[in-house]
Amino acid sequence: MNENIPDLETVSVNKSFGDFRAVKDVSFSVPKGSFFSILGPSGCGKTTLLRMVAGFLEPSNGDILIKGRSVVNEPPNKRPVNMVFQHLALFPMMNIYENIAFGLKRRGESESVIKQKVGEVLERVGLPGVETRQADQLSGGQKQRIAIARCMVLDPDVLLLDEPLGALDLKLREHMKVELKKLQSEFNTTFIYITHDQSEALVMSDQVAVMNEGIFEQVGSSRELYYNPKTAFVAGFVGESNAWSGTVEQVKKDSVKIRTSSGFTLMAQTKGEDIKKGQKVKAFVRPESVRLALKAKEISSMENRVKGVVGNVLFNGANSRVLVQNPIDGAEIDVAIPQTGEFASLAKGQTIHIGWQHDQARCFADKSGAK
Amino acid sequence: MIGPRTKLGLILLMSPLLLWLTTLIIIPHLDMLYVSLREKVGVRQYEFGFGNYMTFFTEPLYWNTFARTAYMSIMATVLTLFIGFPISYYIAKIAKGRLKMALFLLCLVPFWVSELVRTFGWMILLRETGVISSFLQWSGIVNQPVEMLYNDAAIMVGLVYTSMLFMVVPLVTTLDSLDDSLIEAGYDLGASGFAILKNIVIPHAVPGIVTGSIVVFMLSLGNYLTPILLGGKSSLWFTGMIYSQFITRFNWEQGAAFGFLLLGLSSLIVFVGLKLSGQTLAKTMG
Repeated sequence: MNENIPDLETVSVNKSFGDFRAVKDVSFSVPKGSFFSILGPSGCGKTTLLRMVAGFLEPSNGDILIKGRSVVNEPPNKRPVNMVFQHLALFPMMNIYENIAFGLKRRGESESVIKQKVGEVLERVGLPGVETRQADQLSGGQKQRIAIARCMVLDPDVLLLDEPLGALDLKLREHMKVELKKLQSEFNTTFIYITHDQSEALVMSDQVAVMNEGIFEQVGSSRELYYNPKTAFVAGFVGESNAWSGTVEQVKKDSVKIRTSSGFTLMAQTKGEDIKKGQKVKAFVRPESVRLALKAKEISSMENRVKGVVGNVLFNGANSRVLVQNPIDGAEIDVAIPQTGEFASLAKGQTIHIGWQHDQARCFADKSGAK
Repeated sequence: MIGPRTKLGLILLMSPLLLWLTTLIIIPHLDMLYVSLREKVGVRQYEFGFGNYMTFFTEPLYWNTFARTAYMSIMATVLTLFIGFPISYYIAKIAKGRLKMALFLLCLVPFWVSELVRTFGWMILLRETGVISSFLQWSGIVNQPVEMLYNDAAIMVGLVYTSMLFMVVPLVTTLDSLDDSLIEAGYDLGASGFAILKNIVIPHAVPGIVTGSIVVFMLSLGNYLTPILLGGKSSLWFTGMIYSQFITRFNWEQGAAFGFLLLGLSSLIVFVGLKLSGQTLAKTMG
């Protein structure tokens, strides 16, 4: 078999519900054995897209190919894809063995083969010997692994995961992220994972597609999305950001001067985007890109400087933040506290200087424009 | 510790129920039991004994009638289940929003008129001079009136029709509680529609099926109007026997014994049914 054929490919897939276009012209391809995430806010169409791949919804138009073969006309029970449901959908009327054996039985495998395969897959997900238990006797994380085992035992070309970590508590979720990534590389199967949780997507994925209002805003590695967002939505959605909207006052070679409606001005870089004077734009600055200083002269070389008042210190260990009140527009700027001890005694009401270089601020044309 | 005030509150809350149970159910039944255990030996002379119960077993007409009633009721239950299940599935899982409400209401509408009127409705349709017979003659399929009343099929039609709602309601409720994603997961794992029905839908719906079946069976067994009106003289329904003991023959002792036999034997049939299907009452109701 040709190694270059992607495991999953969609060709300008559309889905409309009445007048509402849930998925608009989405095309992407997922190479074999990769972990591909679709990240987006709720209602962005990611579930619709996933359900079309699984076969529960029919695309209004466009094509879906699995290993180079169109599956649009195949019902879900014939497609070589399996899905881990949001609430896992383990069959409560069956024990673990019967749950995992369900798909194999439907294929007409012999009892001895089923028994061996179920044992093997349970071994691989690290839960040997739970065959006779009921699903509700397992913990959240264990159920998760059973749900994956139930699909993986069928050896699908693509495994779809519909926000399966959503119902878990934070600690377990962090743990399962690592676990899922491990399972994926162990099975070496293509995973398509949808989530609204950016940290899930960024940690686990080889490739992430950021989806908004039915379209893919950007597809790239986690690093690309974080450091090099292509659109305002991606910049705002992936990772934490301070955001300003304003009008371009001055255009230099690759930087612009922006003035917000409340009169705050800042310099930002455009990275090749064609932005003209007078245009409405949005600018984003990551909290960790902002430099904190006790004295004004420490940051005198920076193009953007604010002398502000410490609003709140949000202590969170290594990820501690300080909200600095900008005296010009009254808004709070989220700044990461360097872990050097210099700012350990930062207190509310204290005057502080913050600054950042223009190339730490990304500027995008404001598409919402008229609003 | 339960304080005296809580205890008083509990008694007050329970009293309407207890009053209801005692005056309307327990006292009449105890009296009936007492009556059924009196054997008439002469004019206004009674003796304690099981003679009235023995009559049921020694007289073939009586237990044959009971066996027939039980058999017909079981058939009616099975038929109601087979017809009611797809309807319930459609209402619970396929119909959405207003259609769902409308279909559910349609099942309910016949029960806004009394059973008597509904049964007369069937008689108007099925009798010799009725709608169906006239239509068949008009269309030339038959050349003389056909009588469709007064046979077992007519009784069966009436019983199934009368019981349908009591099967559909519990089934819709249990099927409604079946998570759609379980059905989808079944499809996703490669199951056919039949395999999903057999392995996922029916096991989930068992409590509804058992509840509905018990209710329909008991209602059919204890039904008087439908078998008598649609079955006519050949109906031979056990409740008819009880009625004639009480009203026609004025033999309250015998009628009371039959009443208790009906209660006991029908409970036994339900018990055996539960055992055979591996269910328990607690599991179904809980």
